[in-house]
Parts: sequence; structure tokens; C-alpha cells
Amino acid sequence: MSLLSISAMQTSIGQYAILHDVTLEVPEGGVFVLLGRNGAGKTTTLRSIMGLWRPSPGSVRLRGQDITGMHTADIARKGIAYVPENMGIFGGLTVAENMVLATSKGQFDAARLKRVHSLFPALEQFWTKQAWSLSGGQKQMLSVARAIIEPRDLILIDEPTKGLAPAIINAMAEAFREIAESTTILLVEQNFNFARSLGRDMAVIDDGRIAHTGPMDAFAADAALQDRLLGLS
Amino acid sequence: MEKLVNTIERLGGVNLLPVALAVVAFVLIGNPSSWVTLTVAGLAMGMMIFLMASGLSLVFGLMNVLNFGHSAFVSFGAFVAASVLAGLSGWLSGDSIMLGALALFLAVSAALLFGLIAGWFFETVIIRPVYEDHLRQILITMGALIVSEQIILAVWGGTPTAVPRPDFLEGALIIGDISIEIYRIFAFALGLVVYIALYAVLNRTRIGLLIRAGVESREMVEALGFRIDRLFIGVFMLGSALAAVGGAMWAGYETLISPALGGEIMIIVFIVVIIGGLGSIEGTLLGAIMVGLVGNYVGFLAPKLALASNMLLMMAILMWRPSGLRPAVK
Ligand SMILES: Nc1ncnc2c1ncn2[C@@H]1O[C@H](COP(=O)(O)OP(=O)(O)OP(=O)(O)O)[C@@H](O)[C@H]1O
Ligand SMILES: [Mg+2]
Repeated sequence: MSLLSISAMQTSIGQYAILHDVTLEVPEGGVFVLLGRNGAGKTTTLRSIMGLWRPSPGSVRLRGQDITGMHTADIARKGIAYVPENMGIFGGLTVAENMVLATSKGQFDAARLKRVHSLFPALEQFWTKQAWSLSGGQKQMLSVARAIIEPRDLILIDEPTKGLAPAIINAMAEAFREIAESTTILLVEQNFNFARSLGRDMAVIDDGRIAHTGPMDAFAADAALQDRLLGLS
Repeated sequence: MEKLVNTIERLGGVNLLPVALAVVAFVLIGNPSSWVTLTVAGLAMGMMIFLMASGLSLVFGLMNVLNFGHSAFVSFGAFVAASVLAGLSGWLSGDSIMLGALALFLAVSAALLFGLIAGWFFETVIIRPVYEDHLRQILITMGALIVSEQIILAVWGGTPTAVPRPDFLEGALIIGDISIEIYRIFAFALGLVVYIALYAVLNRTRIGLLIRAGVESREMVEALGFRIDRLFIGVFMLGSALAAVGGAMWAGYETLISPALGGEIMIIVFIVVIIGGLGSIEGTLLGAIMVGLVGNYVGFLAPKLALASNMLLMMAILMWRPSGLRPAVK
């Protein structure tokens, strides 16, 4: 059984139909990459999984359990974490407060906290600073750190490399690789090199429909397919 | 120039505005004893306005709900407290400070309790159906304000209601040629206590953390696994109760109240929340103190401008800082 199965999901925002047919099987473990052009519906897909938009019709199942239409908070408690495109950092709160908020009981598990600090040393350094004062890369790290401070089955990450310097992108790739050893990441990316180095399986969404899905190696080797699905059309 | 700006920031930044205002007013007024009286009146008024406005600011910050009916809690609080005090008037004028204080405590508690219950009712019945729809929020909460004014008219009548106060809060403290009304000191102190308590809850507790985070991004708090909607009703009830307590204090301050109170207060409360920056109680306190001081100073210096002064203050501040003095979201 897949960890996450989405079947024939359609999502409308107001009167606009955005997702027409998203069907996706995300297996357990590793990084699953969702690619697609600007405006293809990647963010809308993640938001629909998270319950921030309500898909209808269609269904989202986590380990076989139907989570379609559940409240976002309940979906989070089922074990899905979300790192949104804008990072969703609470700027007026300190780094520590941002992290504490991401724990379900208000207390850190010492081992997990240590792991977060070793993955992202900058966060430990700026622990008591207000989060708005962090750099873009540090904010992204904080957003990812929040997602892994509690054990989660699935982490949705939306374009984490956007606007980051190459050195930071490399550090981020390292961190993702480590994180994906103990959980599953559904990664939305436009940076194909970054995505290729991480992903085992992948899918491409185009105009609200899944246009292709398969192993990353095969897709990376097929330049014509890449051009057709991701190139400027 | 840059040095000056840095020094000002270090000393407290926008928090210095009331101080600057008081200094300018001192020069313009010229007479120290009048200045002290006006300043104390302004601070007391500011604290009462803070009580009335703080809930509105949090309610908007947390759920993006525009509640034009908020000042209905203020007027109900005022009338409920007035009735309790009138009913216990025997306790007020006696020699016993204890009995007077007890009557006052009961009056304020009645307003508080009323605010909690009315807030619960208002949130569940009136606000909940119109989450996320500002136009309907404005219409329906304005409507609720009008209806509540009519209810007050029906229950308490159209003639102004007199508000008795306990003897121990009457009179003034005389220091040299300066006289300070005791009730003003009391109003200021009560407001300060509420502010400190609110500040502590917001900054030292987990619920406070959730509220502060929710004001910045409700979606993200929910994506971390917390139900803001369940928290919201608590915040709404608390905000309504504080408004009612503010109304009770206001009643004792004015000593004569009429059903039009809610409508008059509504404008002031909105000005304060906008000046201060939505969603932050520090901002609301700052805005309330500014409005209280400006109202009293201008009322003395140029009485004809008194009504316009708060509007002018709001416009000036919004031109300088479009999202208010201390907005919650950075
Ligand atoms: N709140 C909204 N209201 C109306 N239309 C929206 C809204 N959000 C997104 N859309 C539209 O839905 C489509 C898909 O948007 P989405 O954000 O999911 O794309 P995306 O693949 O994440 O794009 P990008 O790579 O630019 O982030 C776009 O055409 C967009 O204009
Ligand atoms: Mg997107």
C-alpha cells in the first residue's frame, strides 16, 4: 500500500477549477518529486492534501485512511507536516518559539532537538532571535526544522530552493537526504538538478492534471519528455 | 540624523510618542497644574479605552473578523454595572469602605460575566455564519449594534441614567495646587493591571503563543496541528468581557450614561485599533493612550477641534505608518 494515495482529485478555488484530475501514489520512504511549470497546480495540490483547500470530488488517503475533507489541524495530527512556499515563519516569534509551537505537547524530545541543531546549526545560534531577522535560507531551515521536530509520516515541501544561494541549496539537499532516511518527503521543485539529485520517484503536473509519473532515473534520461512537460510551451 | 534615529529607537521608538506629546502639551498649556490634571485624565481615559479596544484588536488579528458590534459590549457593560451599583446604593454611601468596594467589585464582575456570556452568544450566532466575508460581517455586526442600542433603550429608557459611585472613589487628591480625581487613578490602575495580565498570558503561556502565532498566520498554526477556531471563541469571549469592564469603568467616569454610548465609543475604539496596529495589544495600549491624551489636551487648548482631533491623529499616523504604530505581523 502506498503511503499517500490521491485519486481523481479536483480542486476549485472560488469559481475557478484549478485541479482537474490529480491521481498520485506516493510510496513510503525517500523523496518523491512533483514537478511542473509555473501555475501548473503544484502548490494547490499540496494545499489540497493539507486540507487548506477542499478537494471535491476525489479522495486523499494516508496509509489507506481517508483524510479528504478533514480539518487541516487534524490532518497535521495524522502525521503530515507542511513547509509552504512562503515558509510560513512566525516573524514576531523567536526561533525557539517557532519550534516549540511545532511540538504537539509544548516540549522538545531531546534527541530530536539535537538532530535539528546538528542538521541546521544556524538555528541553534539564533535560537532566541526573532524569526523575521533571519536570512531567507535560515527561514527555510526553520520551516523545515519545524516539520521534523515531531515524528511525521509525510512532509510536504514546496519549492524550498527558491531564491537561495547555491551553497545553501547544497546544504539543504544534504539535510533532505538525511531526513528522507527516516520519513517520506513529497517535494515540489522547479530546480530540476536539485530535484533529480534527491528524488527516487517523480510525477509531473500540467494544467491541473498529472501528465507523467515514474522513476526519476528514466525521466532524467529522457530529454524529449522533459522538454515536452517542463519546457517553455 | 541617523544617530538621532538610533538613539530614539534605543529609548523606545514609537513608545516615546505619548511622552513627546506630553512635553509639547506642557509647552503649549503653560500652566503646570492644568497640565498634570489633563495628563492624568488622558492616561485614565486611555486605559479605559484600552480595555474597550484590546479585544477588538485580537479578534481581528486572529480571525480577520471585523466586529462593528464590539462597542455593544461596552454599552451593556456600562448599563449592567450602573444597575448593580444603583441596586446596592445603600452600600456606597455608608462609612464602610469594605461595602463600597464590594458593591464596585460586584458591579464590575456582573459586567464581566455579562460580557463573557454575550460574547459567547454573539460569536456563535452572529459571527460564525459570516467568517471570511467582510461585507456581511460589517452589515450584520452593525445591525447587531443598532439592535443592542434599541434593547438598552427598551430596558433602561431613553433618559440618561445616573451612575452612583462608592464614596471612597469620590473627590480628588490635592497636592499643592494640583488636583487629581481619585476615580481617574483607580481607572488607570485597573487598566494597567489588565494590561500586565494580558501581556503575561500572551507572552508567557502556550495559549498566548498560539494566539500570537495565529495573529500572524492562522493557516500555518492549523498546519502545525492546532484548531484556531476553538481558540477563537475563547479570545472573543475574553475580548467582549474586557469591553464590558471598560464600559463599567466608563460609566463610573461619566456618571451619566445614555444608550447612544455604544455608537460614540465605536468610532474611538476603531481609531485606537487602527492607530495601534491590528492584532497587537502593545499597539492598542499605545493607541489608546495617544487618543486619551490628545482628546484631553486638545479639549483644553482648542475645544472646537476636540471632535476632529482623534480623526486628525489617525490620519497623521496612517500617513506616517500605514499599518499602525506597532502592528503584530512583521
Ligand atoms: N487563491 C487563488 N485564487 C485563484 N486562483 C488561484 C489561487 N491560487 C492559485 N490560483 C491559480 O491556480 C493555478 C495553479 O496555481 P498553483 O499555485 O498551484 O501553481 P504552482 O504550480 O504552485 O505554480 P508556481 O510554480 O508558480 O508556484 C494558477 O493558474 C493560479 O493562478
Ligand atoms: Mg507554487
